[in-house]
Amino acid sequence: MTTASASMVGVDVGGTFTDLFFFDERTGRFRTGKVPSNRGNEAAGFLDGLRSVCTLTDLGAVVHGTTVGTNALLERKGARVGIITTSGFRDVLEMRRRDRRHTWGLWGDFEPVVPRDFRIDVEERTLADGTIRQPVDVEAVRQAAQALLAQGAEALAIIFINAYANPANERAAFEAARSVWPNDYVVASSQILSEIREFERSSTAALNAYLQPVVGSYLGKLDAALKQERFAGSFHIVQSNGGVMSTQTARHLPVRTALSGPAAGVIAAAAICKAAGYDNIITGDLGGTSFDVSLVAGGVPALAAQTTIDFGLVIRTPMIEISTIGAGGGSIASVDSAGMLQVGPESAGSVPGPVCYSQGNERPTLTDANVVLGRINAERPIGGKLARLDVEKARAAIEAHVGRPLGLDAMSAAEAIVRIANARMAGAIRLVSIERGHDPQIFTAVPFGGGGALHVGALIRDVGLKSALVPRFPGVTSALGCVIADIRHDQVQTVNLDLAGFDVAELDRRMAEAGREARAVVEQAGLSVSRIDVVYELDMHYVGQTHTIAVPLPMTLGPEGTGLTREGVRSAFESAYQKAFSRLLPGIAVKIVSLRTAAIGRRPAFDLGVMAPDETASLETARQGSRPVWFDGGWHHTAVYARLDLPVGAEIAGPAILEQPDATTVVDPGLSARVDAFGNIIVERKP
Amino acid sequence: MKTIDPVTLAVLKGRLEQVADEMDATLYRSAFNPIIAEARDACHGLYHATTGATLVQGTQGLPIFVGAMAFAVKAVIDKVAREGGLQEGDTFLFNDPYDGGTHLNDFRLVRPLFRKGVLFCWLASVGHWLDIGGNVPGNFNARATESFQEGVRIPPVKLLRAGVLDDDIVAILSANSRVPQSNWGDLNGQLNALDLGARRLGALLDEYGEETIAAAFSAFSAGAEAMMRANIAALPDGIWSFEDHLDNDGIDDAPLTIALDLTISGSEMTLDFSRSSPPCKGPLNIAYSTAVACCYVALKHVFTEVPANAGCLAPIRFVIPETTLLGVKAPKPVGGYTETILRVIGVLFGALGRVAPERAMAAPFGTINALSLSGARREGGRFVMFSFFGGGLGGNPESDGLNHANNPISTATIPPVEILEASYPVMFTQWALRPDSAGPGRHRGGVGAIYEVEALAEGETDVFLLGERGKFAPFGVDGGGPAALNRFSWQTEGGEAQPPLVSKVADVRIRKGQRVRLETPGGGGYGDPFSRDPERVARDVRQGLVSREAARDSYGVAVAADGTLDAAATQRLRQEIAA
Repeated sequence: MTTASASMVGVDVGGTFTDLFFFDERTGRFRTGKVPSNRGNEAAGFLDGLRSVCTLTDLGAVVHGTTVGTNALLERKGARVGIITTSGFRDVLEMRRRDRRHTWGLWGDFEPVVPRDFRIDVEERTLADGTIRQPVDVEAVRQAAQALLAQGAEALAIIFINAYANPANERAAFEAARSVWPNDYVVASSQILSEIREFERSSTAALNAYLQPVVGSYLGKLDAALKQERFAGSFHIVQSNGGVMSTQTARHLPVRTALSGPAAGVIAAAAICKAAGYDNIITGDLGGTSFDVSLVAGGVPALAAQTTIDFGLVIRTPMIEISTIGAGGGSIASVDSAGMLQVGPESAGSVPGPVCYSQGNERPTLTDANVVLGRINAERPIGGKLARLDVEKARAAIEAHVGRPLGLDAMSAAEAIVRIANARMAGAIRLVSIERGHDPQIFTAVPFGGGGALHVGALIRDVGLKSALVPRFPGVTSALGCVIADIRHDQVQTVNLDLAGFDVAELDRRMAEAGREARAVVEQAGLSVSRIDVVYELDMHYVGQTHTIAVPLPMTLGPEGTGLTREGVRSAFESAYQKAFSRLLPGIAVKIVSLRTAAIGRRPAFDLGVMAPDETASLETARQGSRPVWFDGGWHHTAVYARLDLPVGAEIAGPAILEQPDATTVVDPGLSARVDAFGNIIVERKP
Repeated sequence: MKTIDPVTLAVLKGRLEQVADEMDATLYRSAFNPIIAEARDACHGLYHATTGATLVQGTQGLPIFVGAMAFAVKAVIDKVAREGGLQEGDTFLFNDPYDGGTHLNDFRLVRPLFRKGVLFCWLASVGHWLDIGGNVPGNFNARATESFQEGVRIPPVKLLRAGVLDDDIVAILSANSRVPQSNWGDLNGQLNALDLGARRLGALLDEYGEETIAAAFSAFSAGAEAMMRANIAALPDGIWSFEDHLDNDGIDDAPLTIALDLTISGSEMTLDFSRSSPPCKGPLNIAYSTAVACCYVALKHVFTEVPANAGCLAPIRFVIPETTLLGVKAPKPVGGYTETILRVIGVLFGALGRVAPERAMAAPFGTINALSLSGARREGGRFVMFSFFGGGLGGNPESDGLNHANNPISTATIPPVEILEASYPVMFTQWALRPDSAGPGRHRGGVGAIYEVEALAEGETDVFLLGERGKFAPFGVDGGGPAALNRFSWQTEGGEAQPPLVSKVADVRIRKGQRVRLETPGGGGYGDPFSRDPERVARDVRQGLVSREAARDSYGVAVAADGTLDAAATQRLRQEIAA
């Protein structure tokens, strides 16, 4: 295995702040940092942050969680892309799956990331069984590439129908295009995603091309800046699947960074909870406009096969499954014409932000309700940008926009806003837990980011969760995740095989080959690992169905292949299907649609005990007095504590407020909080 | 009746919608046929114990079903009232279009939910099964003159008695379909969804109690009614009329008229279709319940914020006589109902466009183009490739119409070419946007599509199509122009053929290597095309979506051969036409 990287830094660059987590593997020392992000000149903010936590010349590795790809997609600021595609299929990207934005309402249009005049078709055709019906005209490909270049295309995607079944035409076109293209930004769809469904593959390949120059130049700038600072270590990126990849892979597959930062947060939350003895958790990241939820069952984060970034922008690559609802601190509370109270999805964001920020918004938000109820300390706002929050203004806005229409006073209206927001968050948690067949009573909520810990009590009660765990440093969870995430590489190949008749030896050979390829990518990443696991999953269904279910195989890669058997596949399918739908369909043929292969380089165990509070901490020094806080229809005299000063083993009965610079934990009446050996706060029902 | 506080009400709204959404999702994932799994031609909800009125509907359910389901549940309630014998665990199954259905492919499962021995409400599931007998695979028989030629009609029967499946009914269903296995898979998916809905609703009732949930149902309905009344009251009082036409009924080549007189009086609206054509010979008729359901769909697309429950229809009065093609009884054929309801929806958009253009939109492409290709597989057995195709939506006050969209009656996605080619012996030779298919306007219509398919099967491939808009183009609103017509053709030994009944085809066979070609309409335009930003017209020309000729004639915009705008010539053109 590769040598230990000695010291490393996890860097999570968010929209407002860049969070850092420095860790020295030899001494066990750690340090956290937070500096303002420098939008437009990310390299400067990135380096400022690094300098604030360590000496760059001694540093072994930097692992980076980035939103540069996500932002380029959301703001439509990617590169000018050209597409060369099969004759007759020029418009796949623009025709989508013939969907529309909303179930109800027919307004709105759609602009693909590659306009029609940047999409050229050429003569070639592969059939669904892989037969080449017409070889590709490579001269036409070269001409098309040159025409696209002349129009100003910076990156090129080659997307042929049925390339998943036989990539030969795509490869020939790729070589031809490379011979005339001036940079490395050329991809063939089968290299990005060798899977059936042309729109999803086209969209993923086009968005990859769209991001290549953006992410490439961003990483290039960071690389250059690091070199200038005489950084001699390795530099890595977190992928949407929660695994780490080399910057070289990231430049080739930037589409895999779309959920980089949030994925790192889930990985860290899973590790923190595993150390603390909790294997089943639901993470909740409450930001300004949204609440992001992920489920970790048995210590393993749930993965989704694809995500939709925005209408018509689909990315199909394995990623940590993150469900988002439009309910955040900035979500606006309003009463509709049917008299129904709503919180979100409309949001005041962070600018102008809640009414209490006094930055121009007059409509009440969830944060305003939390301030009015005394749950947020108006004198010490999180983030440090504002001196204080205007409670009176927030109260007046709540009374005017929610209280009067519903016939409630300001305090009841504020409580109602929090209850509705809690209900929406609870709904999002149900969606990923109960709806997937998980029993909520064995799950622990793990809030991270700034706001989630305000609402943990309600989540415990509304969903019936076992408990909540607030990590010691909820604000730097994603940065910590960068440091502890495994290295990972995923591949997919559509195979379309009948279970009853497929050639077992041949599939075994393909699995072994895919496993070796994926393992090689992990080995080349250059971070220390304790071992590399190769795991396989098949997408399967009954013949006639179009949706598939994910069937994890018990086989792994050994020197003699994978040990695949027909019966092994059948029983894995039946147990997965039974679990999903509680009835099998005997007598109907079963099909293996796609093979998914992942190589995971397990990182050495990280001792989270280093973050625990030291022995000088005591309940007395942590105590900050008290303030009135509104719970369940009335004011409660509520103790306030400096959370980071609480000693291991401290127990605090609700109602209580635990404050720290980047988060506030509310312990509701009827709940109690204790500090575990790692400094986490565990909130539970009172015994 | 117990009253309910506004906070609990808002919480329960989300919780109950989640139950219906979860039922939808379960069926999508476990269904067999792509029309449910991919095209989401299904719907689930909770319905009132005694009236069958819609209480709660999934947010993703197929719009047309959202309107029709209440009638289906009512059909079961009426049967139980006549015959008695309702037990916990019973589940009714039927597809009768005249008794709360839509067409024969839509199989409804209706199950009572009992609490402490008392009927609390109904759960229902509907999904489009691939084939249920009849003369044409997939049941879109453009030549049917009686329901019996369209497929097998099942009245409400007990598929499950006290939780026990009646295998005899399953055997009858099996024997009457070309694809019994697919139907069996879909039936199981629907049962999965009902089981899950009953479990989830039961848990919610345990948590909140029957009284609170019942109070929430009443409050949802009252809220939706209040919202709909407020929307109608905001429109000016008066009578507005609008008419549109269907090409023909598939039998006689004569147009059919859908005529609407829309009256607004205070907070109430009357939709009077009395002036529409009488019932027709072919399958373009619809039943009363279907007509109401599609009006509901049209109104929901305009007043999007009104919740999906029975309350929103309370202020609407319907006049749909049996003497029109919109209120027929058995055995008048209704298999082409999709085309008729699309025209009804369009007519409502057109009338509302006259009342309040700022809330309306131009006509969507307006045909589902149910195309079926079938034949023998090389490895034995039959294949039936059946799908609906897309077109453009209408221009609207906010934007151009969406290119290549689904119809307002559905949220269906189209199956991928690669899935179709992997499943059936066909090869698509075109899957592209159709230039000059959109209606011109300040906001033009969305662009339609061209689909061309080559037969790969060794023997002959049978071709059936049920489409529309071959003679009457999707109209514009507020000065916008019409879109292109629908066009269908196929290759023959000697060249190319087109159907005598424009968009309806039966008994056509093509050989291996021959192709069929479908060109679908775009949406109508919104607003005067001569007020469209000339730069946007030039961009459409560069994109190949509008030809230079159309830019000149329809928009008064001169675009040079290289795609750049000729501003001076444009000004001259627009002045000439204005003068």
